[in-house]
Amino acid sequence: MKIVVCVKQVPDATAVKRIDPGTNRLDRSGEGALNTTDLNAVEEALRVKEAQGGEVTLLCLGPAKAMESLRKALAMGADRAVLVSDDAAAGSDLVATSHVLAKALEREQADLVFFGQQSGDADGAVLWSAVAERLRRPVVSQVAELTVDGTAVTGKRQTEFGYDVIRAPLPAVVAVSDAINEPRYPSLKGIMGAKSKPQETVSLADVGADASAAGEAGSRTTVLALSPPPAKSGQVRIEDDGTAAEQIVEYLVEKRLI
Amino acid sequence: MKSLVFLEHADGAITKGSLGVLGKAAALGEAAGVVLGGGAADVAASAGAFGASTVYAVDDPALAAPLPQPRVDALEAVVRHAGADNVLFASSVLAADVAAGLAARLDAGLNWDVVDLAVDGDALVAKRPALGDTVLVDAGWTSTPRLALVRSGTFDPVESGGTATVETVTAEFQDFSTQAELVEQLQEAATGPSIEDADTIVAGGRGLGAPEGFQLCEGLAEALGGAVAATRAVVDAGWYPYSTQVGQTGKTVSPRLYVALGISGAIQHKVGMQGSGVIIAVNKDPNAPIFDFADLGVVGDLHTIVPKLTELVRARKG
Ligand SMILES: Cc1cc2nc3c(=O)[nH]c(=O)nc-3n(C[C@H](O)[C@H](O)[C@H](O)COP(=O)(O)OP(=O)(O)OC[C@H]3O[C@@H](n4cnc5c(N)ncnc54)[C@H](O)[C@@H]3O)c2cc1C
Ligand SMILES: Nc1ncnc2c1ncn2[C@@H]1O[C@H](COP(=O)(O)O)[C@@H](O)[C@H]1O
Repeated sequence: MKIVVCVKQVPDATAVKRIDPGTNRLDRSGEGALNTTDLNAVEEALRVKEAQGGEVTLLCLGPAKAMESLRKALAMGADRAVLVSDDAAAGSDLVATSHVLAKALEREQADLVFFGQQSGDADGAVLWSAVAERLRRPVVSQVAELTVDGTAVTGKRQTEFGYDVIRAPLPAVVAVSDAINEPRYPSLKGIMGAKSKPQETVSLADVGADASAAGEAGSRTTVLALSPPPAKSGQVRIEDDGTAAEQIVEYLVEKRLI
Repeated sequence: MKSLVFLEHADGAITKGSLGVLGKAAALGEAAGVVLGGGAADVAASAGAFGASTVYAVDDPALAAPLPQPRVDALEAVVRHAGADNVLFASSVLAADVAAGLAARLDAGLNWDVVDLAVDGDALVAKRPALGDTVLVDAGWTSTPRLALVRSGTFDPVESGGTATVETVTAEFQDFSTQAELVEQLQEAATGPSIEDADTIVAGGRGLGAPEGFQLCEGLAEALGGAVAATRAVVDAGWYPYSTQVGQTGKTVSPRLYVALGISGAIQHKVGMQGSGVIIAVNKDPNAPIFDFADLGVVGDLHTIVPKLTELVRARKG
């Protein structure tokens, strides 16, 4: 089974996330990390591979330094990484990103393409559907339980009305929920081995993507202005020094909640 | 400005969120509804009372199950038939997939998490919070139709008392769109008291560590005289019943007191509880997004704090 997992590098959780007012794009200059919920997608892909054999490839669209984050997933057990990195792709919105990823995926000819639940910077939880549309493949999203047999995937997912069980024939696109599994920690051996696994950085032209359909040229949405959100006043923050429980009770009393 | 609004429906009723977006669309200009699948024509007529002048209905066996891809085909047919400057969706698990698929099909821009829409000359401007609601973005589109997913709970339906003309549209379905199939739909019966009526809620997330962690929530809830709620992550993992889930795909609550234990504060959880009077959060990660909107944020381990807190509350209440 040939499996590709789409993963993204996002600003590290400890970094202050900001939009650069000059470019109106997310400032990606700080420390980056692999998007948390993408670890669930990597884990699920590895489990399918362990059960049925095959190969797990990581696919990312992002800046050159994103390869550092991909190494974490290689250390977990993925076999190779493909990073599409091109100045002409910077600032890609949903339609532009889905164009580039779909082109790269066509080149990979995967049986199964995994996505994570949502990217921590864009918070869209939408990309898989646009990519599946461009690949002309069935998609099942928000999957909290998955079974894969040789010919189809079956996923259980929560909606506003209960749970749906959806089956789709391979080749298919599956986006997982963060409740699907507990991602493994890379072993020391995995970390050592990651460096020597194939890591390819490619351009838009290399994957056959059209530069006019990528980046700002290919995007159909735009940022017009930025403003601070309405301020929330009177927020109190405490670090537990052993008296947190007492301080919470005092607060409840002060607010007349007990 | 003509807007098409995707009217999601279940059991013959259009969702409240969809009717809310329809009301907003009517305030922006001409508003038409789109109803797809399962008795579409009957459901369609009811949208007239909430601001739709016309409702386009597509009914076809391919639309019987709540799956996104055939809906992209149907919406494309309606957009081509009726024309539209905007196609608007109330966010839901289904609507998000439909909107993104349609964006790729039409090469149209999609803005999500929209909390307001305004007309500016010929343009439409969307307000959307970004980066965990730490910045408010005015977002636009560079082509039409403009697609938008509106954040859950943003607009309330407005009764206009009008009537809508229902027009039936036929769609052609792509082979790949109809490959996925619904195997079964499971509904979980509600158990315990409804969290929607509770004055105090103690909610638990993955930070509880294990299903047994909910005993901490139950103990504190009992001491405070409240109910227990959960995040989707732990409900999906089978730690606690679906009927207690707060958030976009669960319930919307607004108790006087909401205590969040081991909850990161994802947007989809926040939309279900941000209307609470006082929010207290205990989380060991100082960078957890919940601290951006908690009234009292406690950085610490819930396993050491909560047992003591429960005891203190019990002692005070005598
Ligand atoms: C379309 C869609 C719909 C969704 N609908 C919903 C919904 O209705 N409701 C909902 O809740 N979510 C929903 N989600 C999921 C949401 O995005 C988050 O994934 C989910 O809310 C996370 O749950 P959590 O906070 O329990 O888990 P996590 O995000 O894993 O957070 C756990 C937190 O616990 C903290 N922690 C760990 N150990 C301790 C300890 N010992 N002491 C204190 N703190 C600790 C951690 O620091 C962390 O912040 C939806 C997502 C999507 C894409
Ligand atoms: N630039 C990217 N490169 C590869 N995969 C991505 C990229 N952006 C998002 N993804 C994948 O798409 C999922 C949903 O992203 P989003 O719709 O942006 O929330 C993520 O969890 C990743 O699996």
